[in-house]
Amino acid sequence: MADSEVTQQAYTIRLELADEPGQLLAALAPIADAGGNLLSIFHERGNITPRGRIPVVVDLECPPERFSELVDRVRSAGVNVVEAGADRLAETTQLLITGPGVAADLDQLLSRVHADGGWTVTGLEARTPGGPAGDATVVLELTVPDGDLGAVRATLAQLLPESAVLIEPLELGGP
Amino acid sequence: MRLAIIGAGSVGRAVLDQASHRGHSVVAIADSSTAAVDPAGVDAAEVLRRKAQEGQVGAAAPDALFEAPYDVLIEATPTTLGSAQPGFGHVERALRADRDVVLANKGPVAERYEDLQVLVDGSEGRVRFEATVAGAIPIMATIAAYGPAQVTGVRGILNGTANFILTRMASESLAYDHVLAEAQELGVAEADPSFDVDGTDAALKCVIIANVLSQGDRTHRLAEADVTGIEAIPTSAHQAARDAGKTIRLVGEVGEDGVRVGPRLIPLDDPLAVTGTENIVRLELTDAGPMHLAGRGAGGPETAAALLADIDRLAR
Repeated sequence: MADSEVTQQAYTIRLELADEPGQLLAALAPIADAGGNLLSIFHERGNITPRGRIPVVVDLECPPERFSELVDRVRSAGVNVVEAGADRLAETTQLLITGPGVAADLDQLLSRVHADGGWTVTGLEARTPGGPAGDATVVLELTVPDGDLGAVRATLAQLLPESAVLIEPLELGGP
Repeated sequence: MRLAIIGAGSVGRAVLDQASHRGHSVVAIADSSTAAVDPAGVDAAEVLRRKAQEGQVGAAAPDALFEAPYDVLIEATPTTLGSAQPGFGHVERALRADRDVVLANKGPVAERYEDLQVLVDGSEGRVRFEATVAGAIPIMATIAAYGPAQVTGVRGILNGTANFILTRMASESLAYDHVLAEAQELGVAEADPSFDVDGTDAALKCVIIANVLSQGDRTHRLAEADVTGIEAIPTSAHQAARDAGKTIRLVGEVGEDGVRVGPRLIPLDDPLAVTGTENIVRLELTDAGPMHLAGRGAGGPETAAALLADIDRLAR
């Protein structure tokens, strides 16, 4: 095998950037410097975290032996790397959270789904036709960077109150 | 075949009614308090009349059924959990007498599958239970035809009552209690619908399928299943699902991790999105791919038809 044919592997890293000019460039420059090849950048400007940061999912290729150095360089540049891993393909899924107590506990519930459970909330809608005392359903759209939807179900089930009913698509956490 | 029917509810009576047309003779039928026994074949019309008018099938004690010269015991008493009694005891008596058993009662196969296998191993009698899962739909026959090892997963809508309630709530934006009352008036839901709406009934069916697929490597029971019902799903959830092009169905799943039953979000055009009381099962087969079997999953005549299909297979 010639030197030029080094094995490339696909990786996804998940960053949270402060909403200030130049932040994205500061995050991406070290990736290129470390020999990473950028494949896609998913910049969720409309989905700011509770800490006021903007989630960014970066897909890249690099030789496996260079990956950890690449992540170190991004961190050294002052960028918050939330997650970094191999062979990650983001998947988006939609699910419902409903049941008694959802309307009354809505604020707490929403802060819980925004917690760092390894996903990004890309869509959220709370339906409370009966007000705080009535029934409520939260429509949640999540992007899961590594596509491990089964783990999402397990994490959500722990985060949510016991009375909440999680209604997920079949591909999520099936046996 | 000479049949002994234990349990004279809608299923037991339907077997009595259909048996003679299928070339079988019912030599005994028992309810919880009496039995009618005639080695030459009981008078079906008389038994049905007596049950309707007097609430009893005959003049003999229920135990007399086991003394009748039967080939196959039809166990059609209500499903019970845990020890699965008295159904399990009935099966045990028949197998110890080297008779065949055909079950409509889910208890013995869902809750005491291992104990049942021990009895079968020590008996000349055989046990069949097509009628325990999805009524008239031939799930067990299909699994047997391809072989359990070919089946990598099963998903299905296995409770008609729950599916009726979900369908009506979704299409008419009606509240749960309203639709449940309507289902009870129509006879689609029982006075106590707990087992149907809390997922227990669908879970029992999945446990039975899981036991068959495990081929003795592992025994499944209801207690280990992950079960969520539909009682807590409000109208707003159905509206949210519809706006997303989906619908909510109570789906039972059997896979490597065991049994799971719960409300799930499925596309409106998914074959599993059957409406009303219909049941459907999707088998995932290694070589044949996904396969759907749909039809009536409950009802006296439908369940009796599955029992008679089992009896015919034993007679061959």
